[in-house]
Amino acid sequence: MKAAAFDYIRPKSLGEATHLLAANEDARVIAGGQTLVPMMAMRLARPTLLVDIAHIDGLSGIADCGSFVTFGAMTRQAQAEKSALVRTRLPLLAAALPWVGHTPTRNRGTIGGSVANADPAAEIPLVLVTLEGSICWTSVSGQGEIAAVELFSGPMSTEMPAGAILTEVRFPVWEGPGIGVGFHEASARRSDFAYVATAAQVQLDRMGRCVRCSIGIGGALAFPQRLPRASKALEGTHLTAQDIASALSSEIAALEIMTDGHASAAYRRRVAGALAARALTDARNQAQGAHV
Amino acid sequence: MKIDLIVNGHKRPLDVEPRVTLLDALRDELRLTGAHTGCEHGVCGACTVLIDGEPARSCLIFAVQAEGNAVTTIEAMAAGPGELGVIQDAFCATHGLQCGYCTPGMILTAHALLRDKPSPTREEIVDAISGNICRCTGYGQIVEAIELAAQRLRGANAEAVR
Repeated sequence: MKAAAFDYIRPKSLGEATHLLAANEDARVIAGGQTLVPMMAMRLARPTLLVDIAHIDGLSGIADCGSFVTFGAMTRQAQAEKSALVRTRLPLLAAALPWVGHTPTRNRGTIGGSVANADPAAEIPLVLVTLEGSICWTSVSGQGEIAAVELFSGPMSTEMPAGAILTEVRFPVWEGPGIGVGFHEASARRSDFAYVATAAQVQLDRMGRCVRCSIGIGGALAFPQRLPRASKALEGTHLTAQDIASALSSEIAALEIMTDGHASAAYRRRVAGALAARALTDARNQAQGAHV
Repeated sequence: MKIDLIVNGHKRPLDVEPRVTLLDALRDELRLTGAHTGCEHGVCGACTVLIDGEPARSCLIFAVQAEGNAVTTIEAMAAGPGELGVIQDAFCATHGLQCGYCTPGMILTAHALLRDKPSPTREEIVDAISGNICRCTGYGQIVEAIELAAQRLRGANAEAVR
């Protein structure tokens, strides 16, 4: 399995990179390449030009901007995994990162690349959607920001304008105290693609009442989705098993679940319900511990 | 495309098509055949090398992308021809290999693990090699090999400190 022939350019600036993309319809950006290179090897992708953004200054790094933490698109997943800032400010992302591929792919794979490629099974887009984050892009005609809940439009596709480069990924920060998270995934083996992944972040007051809740589902759908109705319904409750089950059931029943040779839609729906409940329960328990 | 790779501490000028993976450049151009070709899409781990000291899939990187990075292959794990490094020797001692196809990837992965965690738990070892497929051993002896190597490396370092 070898990729089809292509040209390769390693621009030094974002301006140079966007011009290359604007001038070549079949050009693709390569960051870490951990999603794109296998697709090229299988010839599911056949770009005629690869624009390598790894050497552009200012596209890598993690910064605390108060209400959100921003990642330069080229920030390696392993760098995020080791970051104390991520652990303290974005506990849900910290919980999800060990599930992303495996160590060797996280050493190369980037935060921006995972989001831009929009693999339905990818964990980073799921966390971004669950926390209602956003991305920033730049093209020859300008720049913009897109909310994560509007970004993903299908498997491996986003609403980013043609010729745009994703430059930044922004994850909202919840100010404590009383925050807890949960992340669960079902797959054929450790580090394999998720059949279903669930992410939950909750905030409890001192009485154990949920004041803020966000739950998202990935893997089973064409793209990750936040469950706005269940999230809202759980606010004000004590997140008992019964609260969780009744909030989740109708919204999970209404999801358009994918089916394939590995897992049927019926299986995925059942697992989505179970793992969403488990993620919420973990989040609740952790949040209770945070108040002690 | 003309590039300079840094492989096992040596600068290696190459002229390769952009579509040539680092794995194929190492094997076909530089004749470093210790990195093995398996699935060629990042799943099996047979092609694992170290890039700037960290394990990575050489089949998921085009050689042109690796310019400027320090690439380490299994060939650099022993002091000299006919010798074995501590981890390699531990794999022999515990029968941590049968056909040997996954072994270079396992050893380089173990090398990075033991550098960062000299006393890994069994769970940490299993997690570290979870991206490397072995179809012979059932993994038990590989985990034992890494445990033995960890023990020997700790001992060797203790000697050195005294």
